Amino acid sequence: MKRIQLGPFNRVEGDLEVGLDVEAGQVVAAQVNSPLFRGFEQILVGRLAEDSLAIVPRICGICSVAQSAAAAAALADLAGVTPPANGVLVQRLILATENLADHLTHFYLFFMPDFARPAYAGRPWYDQTAARFMAVKGQASGPALQARARFFHLIGLLAGRWPHTLAIQPGGSSKAMTAAERTRVLAVLREFRAFLEGALLGDRLENFAALADGQALQAWAAGRSADFPLFLRAATDLALERTGRATDRFLSYGAYGLFASGLWQPDRAPDEGILDQLDPAKITEDTRHAWLAESPPYPPARGETVVNAEKAGAYTWCKAPRYAGQVVETGALARQLVAGNPLARDLVASHGGSVTVRIVARMIELATVLPAMEQWVRAIVPGEAFCQPAPLPESGEGVGLVEAARGGLGHWLSVKRGRIERYQIIAPTTWNFSPRDRAGQPGPLEQALIGLPAGDGALPTVQHVVRSFDPCMVCTVH
Amino acid sequence: MKILWLQSGGCGGCTQSMLCVEPRPLFDELRDAGIEFLWHPALSLESGEEAQQVLEDCAAGRLAFDVLCVEGAMLRGPNGSGKFHLMAGNGRPLTEWVERLAGQARWVFAIGSCTAYGGLSASTPGNPLEACGLQYDTNTLGGLLGASFQSRGGLPVVNIAGCPTHPGWIVDTLEKLALEGLSVADLDEFGRPLLYADQLVHHGCGRNEFYEFKASAEKHSDLGCLMENLGCKGTQAHADCNLRPWNGNGSCVKGGFACIACTEPGFEAPGHAFQQTPKVAGIPIGLPTDMPKAWFVALAALSKSATPKRVRDNAVVDHPVVRPAVKKAQK
Ligand code: SF4
Ligand code: SF4
Repeated sequence: MKRIQLGPFNRVEGDLEVGLDVEAGQVVAAQVNSPLFRGFEQILVGRLAEDSLAIVPRICGICSVAQSAAAAAALADLAGVTPPANGVLVQRLILATENLADHLTHFYLFFMPDFARPAYAGRPWYDQTAARFMAVKGQASGPALQARARFFHLIGLLAGRWPHTLAIQPGGSSKAMTAAERTRVLAVLREFRAFLEGALLGDRLENFAALADGQALQAWAAGRSADFPLFLRAATDLALERTGRATDRFLSYGAYGLFASGLWQPDRAPDEGILDQLDPAKITEDTRHAWLAESPPYPPARGETVVNAEKAGAYTWCKAPRYAGQVVETGALARQLVAGNPLARDLVASHGGSVTVRIVARMIELATVLPAMEQWVRAIVPGEAFCQPAPLPESGEGVGLVEAARGGLGHWLSVKRGRIERYQIIAPTTWNFSPRDRAGQPGPLEQALIGLPAGDGALPTVQHVVRSFDPCMVCTVH
Repeated sequence: MKILWLQSGGCGGCTQSMLCVEPRPLFDELRDAGIEFLWHPALSLESGEEAQQVLEDCAAGRLAFDVLCVEGAMLRGPNGSGKFHLMAGNGRPLTEWVERLAGQARWVFAIGSCTAYGGLSASTPGNPLEACGLQYDTNTLGGLLGASFQSRGGLPVVNIAGCPTHPGWIVDTLEKLALEGLSVADLDEFGRPLLYADQLVHHGCGRNEFYEFKASAEKHSDLGCLMENLGCKGTQAHADCNLRPWNGNGSCVKGGFACIACTEPGFEAPGHAFQQTPKVAGIPIGLPTDMPKAWFVALAALSKSATPKRVRDNAVVDHPVVRPAVKKAQK
């Protein structure tokens, strides 16, 4: 048996190292390590409760809005306020912009360049793919960057700037949209739609969103010339629809009032109910294999983060979140499965969670959320309230559960005499890239890597599987 | 001009921000200006051993590069071990890599306020992560590379401060360097390029009319000036945010929230709530950088008494309720 240490694992957000035990060219065990510690849970303790709005976005530069949305939700919970309708709509618009932009960045800059690796030279799809997706130099990156930058104008208009806005407040949004801005925001959405329909999908968003199963997807992609169909050709050739299966148990907190919250797994008998209600009380975090003080697997409302850098048996700074003791996957795929998207469910029913279906799920979100954004903008009533005061009590607890691009993000805080007494965060990648727990169960990615080809001369399959989760390590190790 | 980029104890937001540069896509713009990434952790193809080889060759002086860009705070803990951030794949502290590579670079750029001054960890009591900037420890010269550090090109660390830094601040500084060089005269007292740091956020702010009359916002989403109640430090923050828009047309204050002076060392621990203005006897304590307190008090009293109704009424609502008067031409 041979031990391979892969790192730096770049084209992900932050620092990632993957340790593989390889036997006869196949992975038999994997360890996922986040070799960076950031300490935000300690940084927040002792601060004024409302200051979390300024601090938590700085956990992550790629999903800073999701972090601020979670903090604002936790503070709103603490204060017992609900933002006015306009405030809710603008909050959704800001979060959706970041999430969709993330899907785009992931596809063009992080994920696809691996298909331009020389290892694939000679495959029928290679020349075209390499020309479009070569890291930095590919023809697709310029237009994709431009589309992304122009899409973020929505945030320039409604949230001041990206990343690290303070516009999302517990009581709504600090920027009221004017009638003039509404027309400009709609123009921004139209421009982004044009890019998605032209370069990425090569079809109307609505047509893609209506695809009902894997067969319909293949028929739709056949002969279509656009970037995502190009990926599907490569993925089918490489059998990526059968590669990178994790636990096949999926969790979503629900998003935008559009996608439901819950737990889903494909192999439950229908009479058992394939959809479980989410019970946040069943969430715990385990520190056994993290460089953190040993403790029972506490729910985050009681959790602690105490460094123990010399701990025996530890191999990462990441804790191991579990739902009812079980390993679960979160992300765009989980959101779509829980929400009942037929294409996502059909693909998972056929082969389980995989590289291909994780990418498909992001495309489904691009195709379904953008039209929803157009509706939200129309539903805003200029002149009516966007924000209401949200005075915080001196003491109490709050929970904020939102969906970042990469999946469920939770903030749990407790406040005493106006100051933060405890602040615990579970980021999406903390779920997906978690280490083993005290029962020895490996995390989702650790499971997904088993059986893959690795070592000298192997195709970059491991790279595809890791990046199919779109890891964000700076969030993981907050 | 070749750039080698490293990320350490930050959020990656400065790279994400840089990718928003406009009007041209980042890669096209840099390429045409003669600038290329030798390696960037978020953008380059090479990972694992290939990437390590690039870094090792640069550190050993075998592979030439021009600018070392570092993003994120230097994490020296625990107990000076650097274990809070080991480089993936080789287990060496990032601080060690930065020191070796800084010794070979012609210019060293700190990208963002974390890298420049140490960031949130360094501004937390007790500094549990033993964080610092490249050449500053919050306000004080020093940091990882030391007060007297000069790169081979003869410059101290160039601090492209901001949290995150504006895409234009990075790209313009790189392009200026490629075009005509950078000298100490191009930097301010904190090593920030004057091309964006010789202005204040207050300059060009759309709320200036409200400021003049001390017609102040009272709650989030109000239109008035954010200085008197909601914590705005635009009159003290060195940056051109209201002259050089963010994301097409934005800025913090345009978004309805305070400038928290993210380009200044120590902004992370202001000693008061970020979005509230600390006051003594009703007078904000953080007065504009260039204004004596007595003047401010006198002017504020005078201007408040002269505030037009339009300005006064519009300051405390989220959309204008009084329109500017219309004058007809005399015949
Ligand atoms: S909001 Fe801030 S930057 Fe704008 S005028 Fe007031 S003090 Fe100046
Ligand atoms: S307005 Fe102030 S806080 Fe906002 S980016 Fe500019 S300097 Fe930073």
